[in-house]
Amino acid sequence: MKLDASGLQTFAPHRADPDNLYPDLSAPPSFDLPGCPDFDGFQKKAIQMVKPAKGTTTLAFIFNEGVIVAADSRASMGGYISSQTVKKIIEINPYMIGTMAGGAADCQFWHRNLGIKCRLHELANKRRISVTGASKLLANILYSYRGMGLSVGTMIAGWDETGPALYYVDSEGGRLKGKRFSVGSGSPYAYGVLDSGYRSDLSIEEAAELARRAIYHATFRDGASGGVASVYHVGPNGWKKLSGDDVGELHYKYYPVVPAIVEHEMADAPPA
Amino acid sequence: MSIFEYNGSALVAMVGKNCFAIASDRRLGVQLQTVATDFRRIYRIHDKVYIGLSGLATDAQTLYQRLVFRHKLYQLREERDMKPETFASLVSSILYEKRFGPYFCQPVIAGLGDDDQPFICTMDCLGAKELAKDFVVSGSASESLYGACESMYKPDMEPEELFENISQALLASVDRDCLSGWGGHVFLVTPSEVQERTLKGRMD
Repeated sequence: MKLDASGLQTFAPHRADPDNLYPDLSAPPSFDLPGCPDFDGFQKKAIQMVKPAKGTTTLAFIFNEGVIVAADSRASMGGYISSQTVKKIIEINPYMIGTMAGGAADCQFWHRNLGIKCRLHELANKRRISVTGASKLLANILYSYRGMGLSVGTMIAGWDETGPALYYVDSEGGRLKGKRFSVGSGSPYAYGVLDSGYRSDLSIEEAAELARRAIYHATFRDGASGGVASVYHVGPNGWKKLSGDDVGELHYKYYPVVPAIVEHEMADAPPA
Repeated sequence: MSIFEYNGSALVAMVGKNCFAIASDRRLGVQLQTVATDFRRIYRIHDKVYIGLSGLATDAQTLYQRLVFRHKLYQLREERDMKPETFASLVSSILYEKRFGPYFCQPVIAGLGDDDQPFICTMDCLGAKELAKDFVVSGSASESLYGACESMYKPDMEPEELFENISQALLASVDRDCLSGWGGHVFLVTPSEVQERTLKGRMD
């Protein structure tokens, strides 16, 4: 005899139901589990395989004129640099951006997923979701996958009805509200510059320059950070990209090479 | 991470017509943390023999001191400088002495021998010599260096072209390696003179 287990099936059917072309988008997506006896062992190996431990420097801070968000653009696998042009600042909607540190695929997927949820919230409630709410949506999803190998360290920055807002969310389930964050392998270096130069009354230009400097110094000291330093600003009218500078050129702008003085040049002695 | 990649390094030597060039990056790091950007890993043994030591920096410096010591003894006894081939054998035997507790270095040796014939060779950390007619590479960026050198090397280059090629190969390679870069050093050795140049590179 065969047991009818169809009632226990929790996954959506693979073939789209013609009467229900739009399944419940607000429900968290479900994933197939590997069909093997040693689930934990498989899981461990799979995590090692898909974890490119992307070294990163990202930072964000709130000041009087809004939020500044900045990041480098390097992706590395071990010692190998797999790309110098990664977009680590993800635009969730015109008023909210997220940063990417940790697993690239995990960050990209869950930010896109968050974008969908935010849009649905907007349609259902006729007003934009608060940054508090959005970050909590993400944190709750990540918490539900806790211990399953997701690798995400992100900052959600935006402008809502309460003004500028900034949250740090990670795959361990943490969610912190704050004025100043930096995430990634280069974050200690970025914090050093950021903390020493931060004031709440910075102008937008000064704040952008501080962020750029912090990213530059992180790329200089951290082998896994580099490429381009992108800087975004979020104000009452949404986000705007302020700059994207190649740190290879930035270094020589901050520290121009001074030609060495020739101490003693060889010359023919004048005839006596 | 391998102990050979603890400090990070990129090292390359290339042969030209009656000349050779040996180049390295300038970074000294502790894993991903960059500690110094003016580090030297190419050492002069005498005017026509140079050795580059990639791998663990502490072992490289100790090994270099032993090599200088042995070369000075040779000079006193023989009243002449070592030929590059002889020096390579010396390095090889010093490395094999430590067969069961090796120096974590991969040397690159380059020199001008009799009749100004260029000589280059590399070794593993136990002293297995590998001679080459064109170029040799080592360090954490060695894979990318192979690719760059393979496509840029031409036989019988004149000194200036050799300098340009080795520099471009080095700078291109370290751009794909997290653990090396931050500028470069190039030694260009011809029968009549030695030029040392410092390369400006990406500092990330």
